[in-house]
Amino acid sequence: MAIEVKDLTKYYGVQHALDGISFSINKGEIVGFLGPNGAGKSTTMKILTGYLAPTSGVAAVEGINVSEDPQRVKRQTGYLPEHNPLYHDMYVHEYLEFAAGICGLASGMARKRADEMVGLCGLSLEQNKKIGALSKGYRQRVGLAQALIHNPKVLILDEPTSGLDPNQLVEIRKLIKDISREKTVLFSTHILQEVEALCDRVIVINRGAIVADDLLHKLRLGKGGALLVEFGQPVSAEELQTLPGVERVESAGVNRYRIHAAPGQDIRGELTKFAARENKALLELRQEENSLEAIFSRLTQVPLTEPAS
Amino acid sequence: MIRIFFKELNGFLDSLIGYMVMGVFLVAIGLLTWVFPDTSVLDYGYADMDTLFSVGPFVLIFLIPAITMRSFAEEKKLGTLEWLLTKPVTEWSLVLGKFLASMALVTVSLLPTLIYYYSLRQLGNPIGNIDTPGIAGSYLGMILLSSVFCAVGVMGSALTANQIVSFILSAFLCLTFYTGLDTMAQLFSSGQQALWVKQMGMLYHYDAMSKGLIDTRDVVYFLSLTGVLLLGTRTILSGRSW
Repeated sequence: MAIEVKDLTKYYGVQHALDGISFSINKGEIVGFLGPNGAGKSTTMKILTGYLAPTSGVAAVEGINVSEDPQRVKRQTGYLPEHNPLYHDMYVHEYLEFAAGICGLASGMARKRADEMVGLCGLSLEQNKKIGALSKGYRQRVGLAQALIHNPKVLILDEPTSGLDPNQLVEIRKLIKDISREKTVLFSTHILQEVEALCDRVIVINRGAIVADDLLHKLRLGKGGALLVEFGQPVSAEELQTLPGVERVESAGVNRYRIHAAPGQDIRGELTKFAARENKALLELRQEENSLEAIFSRLTQVPLTEPAS
Repeated sequence: MIRIFFKELNGFLDSLIGYMVMGVFLVAIGLLTWVFPDTSVLDYGYADMDTLFSVGPFVLIFLIPAITMRSFAEEKKLGTLEWLLTKPVTEWSLVLGKFLASMALVTVSLLPTLIYYYSLRQLGNPIGNIDTPGIAGSYLGMILLSSVFCAVGVMGSALTANQIVSFILSAFLCLTFYTGLDTMAQLFSSGQQALWVKQMGMLYHYDAMSKGLIDTRDVVYFLSLTGVLLLGTRTILSGRSW
């Protein structure tokens, strides 16, 4: 288990930031940590990296409890904090060597790793500039380079792509994808598309509690997903309704129907068999997935239980 | 710790701060010692360096908080403190690295004043008629005083993310520790209580050292005060997780 979190609770004064969350991430996995702002993503990451102590519960990285041996955990973890704090008056190389140095690398090794990171993170053209003179996209690369410099086993990235333009976004995502091949990566975001672009598994957190921990395509197929079918010849809704697993049939145009299946049922097979049996041409059969936005808002909507007074 | 130390020192020397501090300190002390008639050694007629040692601490009370105000406050504001604390460095090495870097800058600023000693030695009549042990004691006192000021400054900086707040707080605390307690002692009618309060202040111990008598009690006083302040700073840093 590369990352294991068990009943993690964190109070800031009386405010509950985390309410007993548990999840685990296997070695080599890349997992998106999703939630609206203020859901507890950063708090979880700060606890995992040893910056904050949990009120109760256990956070472990590579099998080491963060509260018990933070220094060992820190040596194996690369962390890109939210807003990517950097020393603006340092040069790129100087900063990377400093980062390597405080991770315990000897100065010769630090220089070598800094050179490697400059190459890996595509900083070659900007390597002799001051960090303050870099564009946001390049600063983000420096942030990633710094997180990778001591070759950590686990990478924790807090909103690695926030505030980037679409081109930079694509570049940084590609970079994360490249480096995640041999590492365990946990990254946070509030954009579902980002999770889709980077990985399969997503952990959704809302108001300090985990509301979903699943593969993304399963989330999409969950409640609300419908099949859109179009036949070449007239078919009545009643005929479709009798097929096994069909819950509800809606008309969606001429010879087009939107079919809602019972939860967990895959009725695509039944539909093709039906079309063959009845000798109807099946012009379209498409799984209408939940839109990402719909999933996100369904999972993270604040329930309006308390009347506004 | 060495990495942090050199990073801080580079920070002083890459920016104007290091040169400003040294420049302002030496110009102010130089003018007071040699030029302004009220305090000038040349008009005074005795070959001693009292001006440096009596005015110097007041210059340092303002300069040292200016050096140290950014040490933690800036890192807090930039968010780099969070980054540093997720790296495998201990809080002690952060505190000590920053403290020692400020100490190094202050010590280097003090070094050129050794020329004053040489000049006064030559000006003495006969040449060499100067209270060398007293001056050596005063230098040691000044260094120890600076270490307390630096520790106060680093602590003040760890308390806030605002450099101005850090500066004012540290300067105020330095002044209180230096002369404040001594002045406060006058409030007590009983001699014993007054002495206790006086002994808690730095002026009492600093004066004792400038007589050329290096008493371990005074040295221990300064070192333990520095230690307590640095421990306080470390505690403030770990306080984030309470």
